[in-house]
Amino acid sequence: MSTLVIKDLHVEIEGKEILKGVNLTINTSEIHAIMGPNGTGKSTLASAIMGHPKYEVTSGSITLDGEDVLDMEVDERARAGLFLAMQYPSEISGVTNADFMRSAMNARREEGDEISLMKFIRELDSKMEVLDMDQDMAQRYLNEGFSGGEKKRNEILQMMMIKPTIAVLDEIDSGLDIDALKVVSDGINQMKGEDFGCLIITHYQRLLNYITPDHVHVMMQGRVVKSGGAELAHKLEAEGYDWIKQELGIEDETVGQA
Amino acid sequence: MTVETNLKMTEQELRSFSEMNGEPSWFTELRLRSFAEAETLPLPKPDKTKILNWNFTDYPVHTVKSSTFASIEDLTEDVKTIVDLEQKNLYIQHNNTPAFSRISEDLAAKGVILTDIFTALREHGDLVKKYFMTNGVKADEHKLTALHAALMNGGAFLYVPKNVEVEEPVQVVFYHDDAEASLFNHVIVVADTSSKVTYVENYFSTVAKSNGLANIVSEVFAEDNAQITYGAVDVLAEGFTTYVNRRGVVARDAKLEWALGLMNDSDTISENVTHLVGDNSIGDTKTVVVGRGSQKQNFTTKVVHWGKDSDGQILKHGVMKDSSSAIFNGIGKIEHGATRSNAEQESRVLMLSPNARGDANPILLIDEDDVTAGHAASVGRVDPLQLYYLMSRGITKQEAERLVIHGFLAPVVNVLPIEGVKKQLTEVIERKVR
Repeated sequence: MSTLVIKDLHVEIEGKEILKGVNLTINTSEIHAIMGPNGTGKSTLASAIMGHPKYEVTSGSITLDGEDVLDMEVDERARAGLFLAMQYPSEISGVTNADFMRSAMNARREEGDEISLMKFIRELDSKMEVLDMDQDMAQRYLNEGFSGGEKKRNEILQMMMIKPTIAVLDEIDSGLDIDALKVVSDGINQMKGEDFGCLIITHYQRLLNYITPDHVHVMMQGRVVKSGGAELAHKLEAEGYDWIKQELGIEDETVGQA
Repeated sequence: MTVETNLKMTEQELRSFSEMNGEPSWFTELRLRSFAEAETLPLPKPDKTKILNWNFTDYPVHTVKSSTFASIEDLTEDVKTIVDLEQKNLYIQHNNTPAFSRISEDLAAKGVILTDIFTALREHGDLVKKYFMTNGVKADEHKLTALHAALMNGGAFLYVPKNVEVEEPVQVVFYHDDAEASLFNHVIVVADTSSKVTYVENYFSTVAKSNGLANIVSEVFAEDNAQITYGAVDVLAEGFTTYVNRRGVVARDAKLEWALGLMNDSDTISENVTHLVGDNSIGDTKTVVVGRGSQKQNFTTKVVHWGKDSDGQILKHGVMKDSSSAIFNGIGKIEHGATRSNAEQESRVLMLSPNARGDANPILLIDEDDVTAGHAASVGRVDPLQLYYLMSRGITKQEAERLVIHGFLAPVVNVLPIEGVKKQLTEVIERKVR
């Protein structure tokens, strides 16, 4: 079992504090969902875990099985087992999706032990089928000219190929129609198991109709203010966030610039 | 009257050189006239690069004699890396010596000509005369074109007759392994009416340092309804002073596509002009460049629209490292009367070192109302968010940069039709950006 532990995490962007002491523990075999209105720091948490260059961790810690994640470069974090499905993945012209994914997989292997082309293609084909992606997506340039939905599927495709220990999915559901949402959920559900933990960031409960979380957390003002089980998501869907704000005496749930 | 030049050659020597090659008299006259004019004509003025102090005239020897290859199996191992032994249509020049040539029987029977420029002058004089520095590049444009016409010491001639479609690409290799050699190469490619051909040339230095000059002119003619793809990978050694002028003239309904990988290690002035003369003509220019060391380079790409409904596209991607500097001039010019023409260009420069310099200079000159035009230009570093994205998948920073750079230069690599040449360009890029 692997464990990602986030302790009292404070994060700034351009001198402004966005996360003000986040605590969270994610084990493999668990699905966590972080919910919350816009501008409460959810995506900042995702970026800080992966090591986005613009986000500065000012205090607190992130460890993966006791190893200091904050001390690692972005690529080292990935090779240690972390994965972030990004809300706005970069477009990289001239680099095909397939070449990119093969490089990513080989980055985890020793020199001389690279994945064979045949095996790679077989695996890619089968995952693309699960995600209902056109075969020609493999030869297209990475995210270039992809529609919003294609980009999301492509993020999940990468996750399925790379098989991380802990994946963070940053608003993987936004902009997806219901069919695409089902497909993407199928992909995530296929990953479920003893060797996989997941943190799903969303502000719609909709996704959680297809993926049942073990833990649901609500973020406001740069902190996790409430945690519960799957039933918490249903309550949020039915009643919104106001009851939490009232319960905790919060007037403005946002932090920094929305 | 004797002409005084600072060249190491006399008029008499030039005359003997011409005679030795059995050149027709009109050509000898052109040489001698240009030899005289070179004295007074000014140097060209590539925008934003001062070349007054560059050496374009002093070279060790005019011509070196190198070995020929009796059969394709006899090619050196170096050349074999870029030439497939199955390559049917092939010309190889070894320094200044025509070294190997062959063309498929089928094409020869259809009247396709592929030969060295001297043989072409002797055996197809009238055809060469029609195209040699008449409609494309003029000998008296400036000092360098005049010097070129006077001193021409190599090159290739490709002629595709009417209605002939050449399926397999034609490959020409200018193999340079003698540090004392200078290359005054002239290439003519003609695709006659409704014909089609793909031509790929390599300038391939295997010596680390050259003492010579390169003054290269290519003239490319796509006649009515013809199609030409012209690929080039230039890898000339450090030490050359390189002037390379590739010019195209595109007639009605014709199409000329350039894919140029300009990977010289020498100081280089490159000029690539396409004249869209005919209505409905298309010119597409893709150029990729890597500058390194203390190289100084100037790349001018120009498409001139004369014909109505003509379409011109310019794409230039440059990677600059160390303390190299390069100017990227992109010029779209629409002449009066070229109604409904479209001139587009994109110039992007990627800087890999704080000491490198790269200027992208997009210029649109429009003398007609009913046209469309656009340009995009950027100079910058590798996007940190792109690196972050790639690294977030476990790819090291170094490998991520490599991927981004190769992707950036892919537009030319991907369209080169000969596998060996594509591989060579990829490897040269690899070597140069490392």
